[in-house]
Amino acid sequence: MNWDYLTPLLWEAAGQTAYMVLITLLIGGFLGLALGLGLYLTRPGNLLQHRFVFAVLNLAVNIVRPIPFIIFLVALGPLTRAVIGSTIGIEAFTFAMCFMATFVFARLVEQNLVSIDPGVVEAARAMGASPFRIVRTVLVPEALAPLILGYTFLFVGVLDMSAIGGYLGAGGLGDFAIVQGYRQYDWAVTAVVVVIIVVIVQAVQWLGNGLARRALRR
Amino acid sequence: MPAATSGIIRFEGATKVFPGRGKGAEVRAVDEVTLDIREGEIFGVIGQSGAGKSTLVRLINALERTTGGDVVVDGVSLGSLSEARLRPVRAGIGMVFQQFNLLASRTVSGNIAYPLEVAGWPRAKREARVAELLDFVGLADKAGVYPSTLSGGQKQRVGIARALATNPRILLADEATSALDPETTRDVLDLLQRVNRELGITVVVITHEMDVVRSICHRVAVMERGRVVEVGEAYQVFSSPRHDTTRRFVATALRDRPSPEVLARLRTRHTGHIVTVGVDEVAGSSAVLTRTLREHGVDGTVVFGGITEVAERPYGSLTVELVGDGGSVEAAVAALRAVTWVDDHGTAADPRKVRGVGQQDAPDADPAGPPDPGAPGEGLPGNGPFGGQTWLTGGIDL
Repeated sequence: MNWDYLTPLLWEAAGQTAYMVLITLLIGGFLGLALGLGLYLTRPGNLLQHRFVFAVLNLAVNIVRPIPFIIFLVALGPLTRAVIGSTIGIEAFTFAMCFMATFVFARLVEQNLVSIDPGVVEAARAMGASPFRIVRTVLVPEALAPLILGYTFLFVGVLDMSAIGGYLGAGGLGDFAIVQGYRQYDWAVTAVVVVIIVVIVQAVQWLGNGLARRALRR
Repeated sequence: MPAATSGIIRFEGATKVFPGRGKGAEVRAVDEVTLDIREGEIFGVIGQSGAGKSTLVRLINALERTTGGDVVVDGVSLGSLSEARLRPVRAGIGMVFQQFNLLASRTVSGNIAYPLEVAGWPRAKREARVAELLDFVGLADKAGVYPSTLSGGQKQRVGIARALATNPRILLADEATSALDPETTRDVLDLLQRVNRELGITVVVITHEMDVVRSICHRVAVMERGRVVEVGEAYQVFSSPRHDTTRRFVATALRDRPSPEVLARLRTRHTGHIVTVGVDEVAGSSAVLTRTLREHGVDGTVVFGGITEVAERPYGSLTVELVGDGGSVEAAVAALRAVTWVDDHGTAADPRKVRGVGQQDAPDADPAGPPDPGAPGEGLPGNGPFGGQTWLTGGIDL
């Protein structure tokens, strides 16, 4: 185990993971929030109820979400090539991650919004608020604490997805653990990566819990 | 009493049909209701749960749209307006809910400011208005706290302040006191009454509690299965109910009439002539009763009864044991009949169960209206203003 050799590689891998995870959290989180709101709002009986749109969105989420990510990567290939210009590399891999994260987070968002008391939405309607204003001032603020916890959950899922980045040549901590640890029969390297990941997850979970508690205020 | 002006809210054959779920039948929640609610009054809509009253009130601010007929609010026909055009109409109508429906993520001030933000008030004006409203509902010290720390009554006062924020001309209260204990209910009803008196706001109160109607409503509509079965001045409707549903509500408000079981017990203790005498605005109070008995040399002992207020007027009955010589009791009863209704139960030795009920009549003509075909106790003679038949069959405990 040569740490003089490995340390720069580890830093590079950590940087790649950070890149993939943060971009996915940003784009997937935003699109997932939008898609989740769409699911919630178009659900029959809700603000913008639309049977057809809801059915389409619901079906899309139900189809995408259960596909194992490694298969999804391959299946998404043609679309990835059309958008990114290549099916390999960190951009191609991050694109697939954003796609999957959007659908995963959409369901989480929808489930959290469903738990909001319909009475407060009705009250806002009675005061003349538009649907967009209700989303902004009622739905998101009222569900903020569970949304933060859902986003924290998404982070762990995204970190998990990023581990197979090596499969498309995207690098990252998972790739480092396999190439420098597993394939070199160097269990210590693998163990170090595991510890790093566990520490990151714990830290983020702690942060998420804290923010959610502050958002609750009740 | 509010001046009788033209209706600020007019239901014109308003109908709301909800499509059935799956193969279920459609639900006619509101069925061709025609009704005028006058400016400046407190109007009550009373009915059992599922009678359609919550849907009816939601037609006023178009939270539910009519599927037939129309609702006209302040001269604006709601049936023809688009969702976007309805928003300003809604903003001009305050609404208070049974479960308060406050935003848990906002403080008391933030909740009251919400409709002002929607209406686009600048911050300084908003803050001044919120302070004014907090003062009006007596929660000035709670401005910065979150609703979860408030009691039910305080939450409802925040709800009322919020509903009043944009100076609406109409306030809708949907079971506003049903989640509150009796004492808090009183406070909230007082507040609604102040809203009506001091601010001149038309208040529409939806309730299943007779007490709410009794204590604050000027006029009332009784709903059953989507239809308004009775409407009029609260006092008139409840002192001479024509519909069975109304009678049941009256019975819940005041258990002043002895049931057959109670009557049987009274007879074992009181061997004299027992009569139930109505106390209302005409009869004034028990003073009339006392004077009449004295004039005829009859001794009266109150053995059962109760007097309360409906729409701030006395209402109830007293059951009295009469003891006197010869025909003096009969003469006294006849004299009382001239001013109020009397229900003659006879004596223990000579009970007049059925005849007594039949004779229970208000002095004014036709208080009972046509008999209800489906009324319980059908076949029993007598269909007096308080549905003597209803309590004869034990209906008072409905």
